[in-house]
Amino acid sequence: MSIQFRSFAAATLVAGSLYGLPALAETTLNVVMQAPLRTLDPILSTAQIVRTHGFMVFDTLLGMDAKYNPQPQMADYTVSADKMTYTFTLRDGLKWHDGTPVKAEDCVASIKRWAANDGAGRTMMAHVAALEATSDKQLVIRLSKPFGQVLELLAKPSPVPPFMMPKRLAETPSGQQVTEMVGSGPFRFVADQYRPGDQAVYVRNKDYVPRSEPMSWTAGGKLVNVDKVVWKSMPDMQTSINALQSGDVDLIEQVTIDLLPLLKANDEIKTGAINALGSQVTGRFNHRQPPFDNPKVRQAAMYALDQDQLMQTAIGDGEFYKLCASLYGCDVPLASDAGSEYLAGSAKTRMAKARELLKASGYDGKPVLMMQPTDLTVLSTQPIVAAERLREAGFKVEVASMDWATLQSRKNGWQPVAQGGWNFFFTYWGVSGIWNPVVHAMLDGSGSDTAWSGWPRNARVEELRTAYIAATTLDEQKTIAREIQQIAFDEGFYFNAGEFQSVAAWRTSLKGLQPGPLTLFWGVAK
Amino acid sequence: MASYFLRRVLMAVPVMAFIALFIFLLLRLTPGDPAQAIAGDHATPQQLAAIRESLGLDQPLASQFLAWVGDMILGDFGKSLISQRPVLEMIGQRIGPTLALASVAMMLTVLISLPLGVLAAWRHGGLIDRFVMSLSVLGFSVPIFVIGYVLISIFAVNLKWFPVQGYKPLAEGLGAFLHRIVLPGFALASIYIALVSRMTRASMLEVLGEDYVRTARAKGLSDRIVLFRHALRNAAIPILTVVGTGFAMMISGVVVTETVFNIPGIGRLVVEAVLARDYPLIQAIILLTAGAYVLINLLIDLSYALTDPRIRYK
Amino acid sequence: MTATTPDALPRRRLLDAPPHWTTVLAVVILVAVIAMAVFASQIAPFEPTKLNPAMRLKPASSTYWLGTDSFGRDLYSRVVYGAQVSLLVGGGVTLASVLIGLPLGLLAGWFRGFDAVLMRMMDGMMAIPGILLAIAVVALTKAGLVTVIVAITLPEIPQVVRLVRSRVIAARSETYVDAAMLLGTPATRLITRHLFPATIAPLIVQGTYIYAAAILTEAALSFLGVGIGTEIPTWGNIMAEGRLYFAINPWLVFWPAIVLSLCILSINLLGDALRDRLDPKMKGRSP
Repeated sequence: MSIQFRSFAAATLVAGSLYGLPALAETTLNVVMQAPLRTLDPILSTAQIVRTHGFMVFDTLLGMDAKYNPQPQMADYTVSADKMTYTFTLRDGLKWHDGTPVKAEDCVASIKRWAANDGAGRTMMAHVAALEATSDKQLVIRLSKPFGQVLELLAKPSPVPPFMMPKRLAETPSGQQVTEMVGSGPFRFVADQYRPGDQAVYVRNKDYVPRSEPMSWTAGGKLVNVDKVVWKSMPDMQTSINALQSGDVDLIEQVTIDLLPLLKANDEIKTGAINALGSQVTGRFNHRQPPFDNPKVRQAAMYALDQDQLMQTAIGDGEFYKLCASLYGCDVPLASDAGSEYLAGSAKTRMAKARELLKASGYDGKPVLMMQPTDLTVLSTQPIVAAERLREAGFKVEVASMDWATLQSRKNGWQPVAQGGWNFFFTYWGVSGIWNPVVHAMLDGSGSDTAWSGWPRNARVEELRTAYIAATTLDEQKTIAREIQQIAFDEGFYFNAGEFQSVAAWRTSLKGLQPGPLTLFWGVAK
Repeated sequence: MASYFLRRVLMAVPVMAFIALFIFLLLRLTPGDPAQAIAGDHATPQQLAAIRESLGLDQPLASQFLAWVGDMILGDFGKSLISQRPVLEMIGQRIGPTLALASVAMMLTVLISLPLGVLAAWRHGGLIDRFVMSLSVLGFSVPIFVIGYVLISIFAVNLKWFPVQGYKPLAEGLGAFLHRIVLPGFALASIYIALVSRMTRASMLEVLGEDYVRTARAKGLSDRIVLFRHALRNAAIPILTVVGTGFAMMISGVVVTETVFNIPGIGRLVVEAVLARDYPLIQAIILLTAGAYVLINLLIDLSYALTDPRIRYK
Repeated sequence: MTATTPDALPRRRLLDAPPHWTTVLAVVILVAVIAMAVFASQIAPFEPTKLNPAMRLKPASSTYWLGTDSFGRDLYSRVVYGAQVSLLVGGGVTLASVLIGLPLGLLAGWFRGFDAVLMRMMDGMMAIPGILLAIAVVALTKAGLVTVIVAITLPEIPQVVRLVRSRVIAARSETYVDAAMLLGTPATRLITRHLFPATIAPLIVQGTYIYAAAILTEAALSFLGVGIGTEIPTWGNIMAEGRLYFAINPWLVFWPAIVLSLCILSINLLGDALRDRLDPKMKGRSP
């Protein structure tokens, strides 16, 4: 991977010389995205593709740089000495795509709509006494209780970033999609060329005034060097690769790792990670249904499962996955090795421990219903591997295959398995969606009906999450995050099945691809 | 004749009504939640409930059904739950490539299988006949996506005669259009070629055995005239029937072919719609394809009735 | 052409003439496939589900005769076991569609009132493209063997009903049936003794085509990601999984494709041969 990263850095340097150059002829970037774009409202959707779309069309008050620091984007900010008042001043020249100027009241409405739909946003609003526009250019957030995450949340790139949109759109009722794509971002959405699930077209927003700072993730100047970006969806990786090789497309956002050798032979094509953050695969237990309502059975299962086997089968090449205990991502500031005793040891010794624990747990042979998605390649192998390991440990396992849509809705119910419930399934999260205990939905220990599927209940974790929110120094945050992680392992909140890196492939004619927390289309030139 | 025509058209009404009810119930009794498809994997339950409410999915099934049928009679097929765009607009965007693919496949079928079938019948039992028969059995036995991949790896990847994927509308030039549609058209046509060449051969054999053909031959008319002027014309009706009943088969071929060759048509749209539980869209596509099937077969029946008065009184 | 009276079938006709060599070949292949399914555990060197992540996507070798798939499972063993599901799906669909279609067809052919209603419903079912129906049905419950059989059976039923109905209607006008009616034979006896036998020959022929089509449809469903889950190897899902790696190792697709195609080819050839023997009226007609 390091080699690819280096070639990346080199590419970024080359792009540096292109900054500010006007495009000579009309350039179109043809891209195969990892998933088809079917909905447009980035506030209502948690899907990565919709978020990437959001960063094309919309802008955020703050951006996040490669060092995980919030930086000014649409607005500069000041924080009062007591850290209770945040003042944001919009920079000059901001315009919506319909030509009207961006006003502070638009941003107030946008933050409200975002907060109503985002878990972390809701938590923030519970600490806010006032959120108001004090002039056309200025808005103020006044806290009622200390809350250390305001800037991080306004800058966060995932799962639902606080995108800014005109007030009339931001006032769309919660639960109803915004379908008119008017933002202030560096690209305009071409509505009449949009074919849901097949094609989305963006053109350069000529009115966009980029910041003067260098690009870094979603912070800094978003310099657009192409006239048009066309997202195509291709259901078949083979087809996508053929298209890349023939030059029909310039970039594939996510390549199946096993097919990389094909591309490496072609010197017109480069591969590497443009999404700087990996994704973690998580195996979730249903804490409300037997046998996984019993913590000892969950622990036995955790010993039976093996990160390396799961990752090796799903990804293949060991260069592209990492094994770590950290539930927040392997390389983030909060990463720690708390709970790593559950992952240590060879697959064989762990299996022995699993059998022993299972025997002692009082497991009555009740079959585990494991859901397996048939139509999502990234997640279709883990249930098969896991089922075999669990059976070896003494579990009875039934693998229920279904399409991803069925799985997603079935996971929301906590009824007994016989009535359409479930015991275990795998999903994955971009690291930016789990990198601290506030945004990490699977660490919710409330056990309430409104929590994300799985419903673990642990009062101590809830206390710690509240403490994390109030914590203002990184050291304090690290200590709390570490303790939460240890409890999550001890209590078997879920099984951390390892972190994989998505790998993109592009034609060498592309220069200046930007690394980021998701695929970014500024900086790149053709 | 008019009363026969009217009777046939009226008979299509209960058929369509049955299809509408069947599809509606089938989909609504299926697990899955369109709200989830909108909000994504990581959405919270409150978010999902809010979306369900705004889509009207919390209403009783019967009233949802009546509302759907009522709107449809007025020409409104509703909006996609997922993209919030009118269903007919979405179908309109995708129907072009599918129609193009289907017509090219049909043309290839006629161009290839009619001569093959005629030749096979003419030289009945000979080498060509055996070749055609083996080819047609083979056409039935190899899945379309295997044929697709074989075609791609030979003609696109190795020989580089054709692009590996994609679609260009006819509006961008006949050359570009044909260049991209020939391979998928051929893959889709494969099963049809098998079917129609067999059918042509069989009907030709039957007609060639009839007295008037034997008379024509005895009169010394050339084989070519006998074959094409007498025999083929009379063999047309059974061939036409195959085209009609094969329509449903073609749809399933279209779904697979569009996936292999990445053609943004109805076939892929419907698979995506099913996977996302986009009820109005699935309902509309199935109803429209079923309607097309009913219509095509109605036209075929009527064309029989026009040529053969006996049928009207059956 | 004389009517096929019940007693004329089928033994004498089957032995009328020595079978064509293609028929012999078809029977040999089918016997081999059936043997593969029945004795899979003896023939296959590995468990078809035995994972070995360290041996993913290996080429053919003396240990793995056809190489390994993306789970490190032995492709040869999977193809051998795949025969079980394909034959089961084919058999299940054929049996189910005949068991449902035959009585419906008999009733429709006999009772005119029932006929009108039923045939409109069957027209409706036929109008819905089978694959769309199957995709929707598979999504209805978990994607298991039974679901897939049900999903593929539904669109086949109208075909059987139509076939049986047309034979019953034709048989009703035969003189021996007329005679039986005049003699006051009860309807149930008429149906079971006279009309039902007239449908056997065409049903056997149609059955072979349904069998072949069912195996193909299962493969197509797997290809689209709505088939039987990957834990149970089927030729369809082996191909569907292999197609991701087509460019690295096309044989992951081609081996199951070859066996599948040979199997279907044999069934079709056998069907043609049976039709020529049992039901000369249909000669040359396609399935």
